[in-house]
Amino acid sequence: MGFTKDELLARLQELEIDYSKYEHPPVLTVDEQAKYVSSSEGALSKNLFFKDKKHRYYIISAMVDTKVDIKVLSQRLGLGKGGIRMAPEEALSELLQVSLGCVTPFAVVNESSRDVSLLLDHKFKNQTRCIFHPLSNDVSISLTTSGLDKFLQSIGREPVYVDLEANPVVGKDQPPDLAVYVPSNSVELPNKTPSAQAPPPKNVSAEKTKPVASAKPSKPAGNVKSVVENSPLTVFKNPEKFVEEILDKTSTLLLSEAKGENVEALVETLRKRLASEFTHLAVMYKNTAYSEGLYAGTQCQPKRP
Amino acid sequence: METDKTVETASEQVVNPWEVSAKDGGKIDYDKLIDQFGCQRLDQSLIDRVQRLTSRQPHVFLRRGVFFAHRDFNEVLDAYERGDKFYLYTGRGPSSEALHLGHLIPFMFTKYLQEAFKVPLVIQLTDDEKCMWKNLSVEESQRLARENAKDIIACGFDVTKTFIFSDFDYVGGAFYKNMVKVAKCVTLNKAMGIFGFSGEDHIGKLSFPPVQAVPSFPSSFPHLFPGKDKLRCLIPCAIDQDPYFRMTRDVAPRLGYSKPALIESSFFPALQGENGKMSASDPNSAIYVTDTAKDIKNKINRYAFSGGQDSIEKHREIGANLEVDIPVKYLSFFLEDDTELEHIKKEYGEGRMLTGEVKKRLTEVLTEMVERHRMARAAVTDEMVDAFMAVRPLPSMFE
Repeated sequence: MGFTKDELLARLQELEIDYSKYEHPPVLTVDEQAKYVSSSEGALSKNLFFKDKKHRYYIISAMVDTKVDIKVLSQRLGLGKGGIRMAPEEALSELLQVSLGCVTPFAVVNESSRDVSLLLDHKFKNQTRCIFHPLSNDVSISLTTSGLDKFLQSIGREPVYVDLEANPVVGKDQPPDLAVYVPSNSVELPNKTPSAQAPPPKNVSAEKTKPVASAKPSKPAGNVKSVVENSPLTVFKNPEKFVEEILDKTSTLLLSEAKGENVEALVETLRKRLASEFTHLAVMYKNTAYSEGLYAGTQCQPKRP
Repeated sequence: METDKTVETASEQVVNPWEVSAKDGGKIDYDKLIDQFGCQRLDQSLIDRVQRLTSRQPHVFLRRGVFFAHRDFNEVLDAYERGDKFYLYTGRGPSSEALHLGHLIPFMFTKYLQEAFKVPLVIQLTDDEKCMWKNLSVEESQRLARENAKDIIACGFDVTKTFIFSDFDYVGGAFYKNMVKVAKCVTLNKAMGIFGFSGEDHIGKLSFPPVQAVPSFPSSFPHLFPGKDKLRCLIPCAIDQDPYFRMTRDVAPRLGYSKPALIESSFFPALQGENGKMSASDPNSAIYVTDTAKDIKNKINRYAFSGGQDSIEKHREIGANLEVDIPVKYLSFFLEDDTELEHIKKEYGEGRMLTGEVKKRLTEVLTEMVERHRMARAAVTDEMVDAFMAVRPLPSMFE
């Protein structure tokens, strides 16, 4: 369950962030919003939700008259010219847990949007106050950028202000200036279920399954390859999955190579073909275990005296 | 340690860490290079010796002459036979996020050396160098260093035997003391002579070479090699890095240190051919580790320079020109099976096999490789990067 607008407003009050609230009928566009909230209260914002080809998501929050050129933005992020496009509706509800017309910087309060990158228009800083939806499109609130910053910092985010209209050259010697804001984790949306309930956030980014050839979630009878089941991470953390991966690969090779020849020759082929690959798998397994151990070591509490 | 490959027609070939170009736009003359640099050819007897000492088949890059030159490798093997181990040192200049197959080659080979000889490894990420030469911000170069570290780890290095460090993180302490000692031994004139610096270059560049030199000395890593000042170092690298280590080998005896040994590779050709330029801005000049199976197939079919003849009849008559054919060259790097490679070269060279078939086989080989790398890369967490980069002892480094 995502944050509701009341929970958000309560949080703002807890943090002693000053804001003004305006209630109105639900609005889906900035023009409609402008009818109910006058510009004397603050600067209206347009909020865009993008996705790139590697399933990474971005919220761009800008002044209404700031020109946001998607192609330029995509290049500045280091994604090439056509690297980003508007995110699909499911992403809105799954990741941001808001409805249509309701994208807002505040959506990053949810666990599910942990990996969503938020870029704010640097022109907001010159405004006395700015207006955003507090997770619901039948309310608007205006607050100062320092208020917004304080909120973002309270959830562990550094506010990022960017000149969205800049169009710097991007080339071999001029690396993309916004590439540092590309999220380090991609997000796989879970399969569409008829129920409106969003699955708990943990699943959303833990499901880093590689979309290899056939992404059939059902278990094919007798079929040996079950790549989708084993995301790379679990194969190297879970002894059973590790052994399953090894047996899968061995069986596949066995089935394809067994041509009625004698068993010794077959075993030789298997050993030759699989040795280096399995060693590689084993090294990754070891590395994963070691890394977890090292991390656990840093979290260790001293023994009780 | 990145190379900026520019190819211009020149009357002499130029090979240094920032420029690689052949004479008159032709091919690099490796024999001449070996003469000019004063290093030695890695001959079959050395390869056989490696096989005997490690009890396993030598790596495909050794068998095919990809790693073809060395300095003092035979001495390292002598010491190893006597029971004196060594450690490995290699590195990467993290100038871009997109890694292509050519970038992976030294790491694939180093991983084999680590496994075969059971020795530890230090990997230097020269984020400071890229910050200076490519004018990246400090944060960006550090970020790229961490991203590249993930691809490097995906090559299969053993965390109990490997220390990865970035210059911005690690320079200081014993490492810096060695840097100053090295710097004192190299005059400005010498540096300008070796690296081609001029009065217009900023002083950051001038002061960089010691940073790349001192990982060759075990005292630079007191947490790894305490008291092991005589431990030898072996550096697998591409041959254009030779100038850094010529300087290091010159300085080492003056500091009472052993000279590092080197084992050097030739250059990996661009898809368009030996004279082509592999560049980050042309995604079709190389196969990237992020390419999909479809991308790989397309790139090889459309851009890999073919030595096949123009028409099938002509091809069946004369056969392919194996000297310039890129698919065969790439197969010689990455196709493990010697017999199959020989077969392909024979059939293709004598016109019985067509370019399409060779390209198809190459596509299979590369797709499998890239897929395996991607799976391994997906399993590299930030935690794992932190583990590899933690300044910690490696008690089982020689096991």
